[in-house]
Amino acid sequence: MAYNFKEVMNRPDRLASGHRMCAGCGAPIAVRAVLKAIKPEDHAVICSATCCLEVSTCMYPYTSWKDSFIHSAFENAGATICGVEAAHRALSAKGKVPENYKFIAFGGDGGTYDIGFQSLSGAMERNQDMVYVCYDNEAYMNTGIQRSSGTPKYADTTTSATGKNSAGKTQNRKDLTEVIAAHHVPYAAQTTFIGNLKDLYEKSEKAIYTPGAAFLNVLAPCPRGWRYEGEDIMEVCKMAVETCFWPLYEVENDVWKVNYEPKNKRPIEDFLKLQGRFKHLFKKGNEDLIAEIQRDVDHRWELLLKKAK
Amino acid sequence: MAISERLSGNEAVSFAIKQINPDVVAAFPITPSTEIPQFISQYIANGEMTTVYVPVESEHSSMSACVGAQAAGARSMTATSSCGLAYMFEMLYIAASNRLPITMACVNRALSGPININNDHSDSMGARDAGWIQIYAENAQEAYDNFIQCVRIGEHKDVHLPVMACQDGFITSHAVERMELIETDKVKAFVGEYNPEKYLLNPDEILAVGTYDTPQYYMEHKKAQTEAMKNARQVIKDIAKEFETISGRKYDMIEEYRMEDAEYAMVIIGSSAGTAKEAIDELRTAGVKAGLIKVRVFRPFPLEEIAAALKGVKAVAIMDKTDSFSAAGGPLGAEVKAAIYGKVDGLVAANYIYGLGGRDVRVEHIKLVFDEIAELVKSGKQPETYKYLAIRE
Repeated sequence: MAYNFKEVMNRPDRLASGHRMCAGCGAPIAVRAVLKAIKPEDHAVICSATCCLEVSTCMYPYTSWKDSFIHSAFENAGATICGVEAAHRALSAKGKVPENYKFIAFGGDGGTYDIGFQSLSGAMERNQDMVYVCYDNEAYMNTGIQRSSGTPKYADTTTSATGKNSAGKTQNRKDLTEVIAAHHVPYAAQTTFIGNLKDLYEKSEKAIYTPGAAFLNVLAPCPRGWRYEGEDIMEVCKMAVETCFWPLYEVENDVWKVNYEPKNKRPIEDFLKLQGRFKHLFKKGNEDLIAEIQRDVDHRWELLLKKAK
Repeated sequence: MAISERLSGNEAVSFAIKQINPDVVAAFPITPSTEIPQFISQYIANGEMTTVYVPVESEHSSMSACVGAQAAGARSMTATSSCGLAYMFEMLYIAASNRLPITMACVNRALSGPININNDHSDSMGARDAGWIQIYAENAQEAYDNFIQCVRIGEHKDVHLPVMACQDGFITSHAVERMELIETDKVKAFVGEYNPEKYLLNPDEILAVGTYDTPQYYMEHKKAQTEAMKNARQVIKDIAKEFETISGRKYDMIEEYRMEDAEYAMVIIGSSAGTAKEAIDELRTAGVKAGLIKVRVFRPFPLEEIAAALKGVKAVAIMDKTDSFSAAGGPLGAEVKAAIYGKVDGLVAANYIYGLGGRDVRVEHIKLVFDEIAELVKSGKQPETYKYLAIRE
């Protein structure tokens, strides 16, 4: 069915307002949009890794989740939701619980790219019927903006500090969506908040209603860590896509598809200059660092286009 | 009619799991517990079980998957040993604090390092404060009987705690013994259906599990957890009585062997109790009033039972198959001494570390210990704080 923005947005939210996430944070936008893609008549069990999202949405004795929710630890959202899914298989076979349940795990990039990587890889390889959503804000924001393997090169974080002898993180960013695609799961996709959230919605719906394991990597900016004004989040996401820093693509049954190719690819500065974490790159003498980032972005974009041909 | 069989401890526990047919098993191979998930996989392949088996990529994930499954409303089980249990460490606490009655077959093996695949109790003793009930078996029969009871104990409404059914790696897990199995219909009736009060997959009532606990609530939740562990004492006794009606075999928190008039006693856990009983029989024949307290349940700790059993005893040897590296002895030594403090007067209490990493424990070793504690009484000397048994200096 064609995407109807008004109809989708009018569906009841499955994450209540009144949670404690920051204004201008990408995580609750990602969560609410993903959960909109669950048919209202279907049940869900939601899992979260230990992260900003978890500590801000389930402070005892309250919960912001309108579905059953489980948090167990930082590094195991993949395995935890697989346990729930296995329980559902066992109990629905016995007729003890309804069949129409969906299983969705959320984790930040730290809990997904790094400490939760093994658990996620296991879940993907077992191809259990669940969706893992990474809300990727490119650092350990919950503990105070430490670098992760999802942090881009030359970003300033509290453990890749900039200073006289350092221009921020010196290593490349791991390409997790491609790593998950290499598990040959039925569906893996990368998206962010663009326009009326059509891309995010459609990928969520596909992920949720494709039998087997699915993975969504949602670029979800953090105003504290990236240092932008909260109201600019949509512009930041737009520039991530228009510069091809964060291409929108999906891998469905091993077929790669780029969902959006900018007509005029914007220079990477248009993305970097919106954020305080890259401020040092615009000092005189650091032009070569920006040029290096541009080369990396171009190189990865070309590789992706080849895969999608 | 009970079924007479010859089985190893791993076979016996796997057979119990087959009879119970839990909803979910999530497990990862590690010596010497590996056979348990192997047998389960084969039973499922043969159509003898309907359990959903989750072949996870690590023990951390096996416990995580059990947490998810049990919270979702499924009776869930796992098996592990040694480093596997250590790798679950964080999740053991989460399972217990979420009050999830997962049942684990723990096949005791030494922790690395140095790496060693043989038996001692360093793995489960390392997890002694994780909030799990711990029940130890002396032999394959007890491993089987305990496992069946553990499911009921953990799921009891006054308890709601996970349970480790421990047996000694190789010594019990791999040695084949003659034993009696209970008919499957009786086991199923004894264990019953798992019908949790709160579970994630209840469409009529949503549930949030593992929520963030502030200082305003955390301590009350811990108090509730410790009350559940206290409640487990009576539940363990009640379920043992009920189990006796289907098996004819008696169980309790501790087992006393020739303790009625004992002057010298030993407190021990696991398979070495069998060796100790043999040694005690020989000592009794030689006129030494020796006796044994076998600790079956280590969590909750049977402090009153142990203190009562040691009344009138002149000296006790407390045997630890692990070292806590407190430089003051092993965990059993510390807890037995705490149990008798102010309850039993004038008792000489010596703590031994023995059988680490599969070191053989023989009848003559046990007799040597009894000789040493008798000598202490005779000489009026105090024992060393703790000592290693039969060690090359």
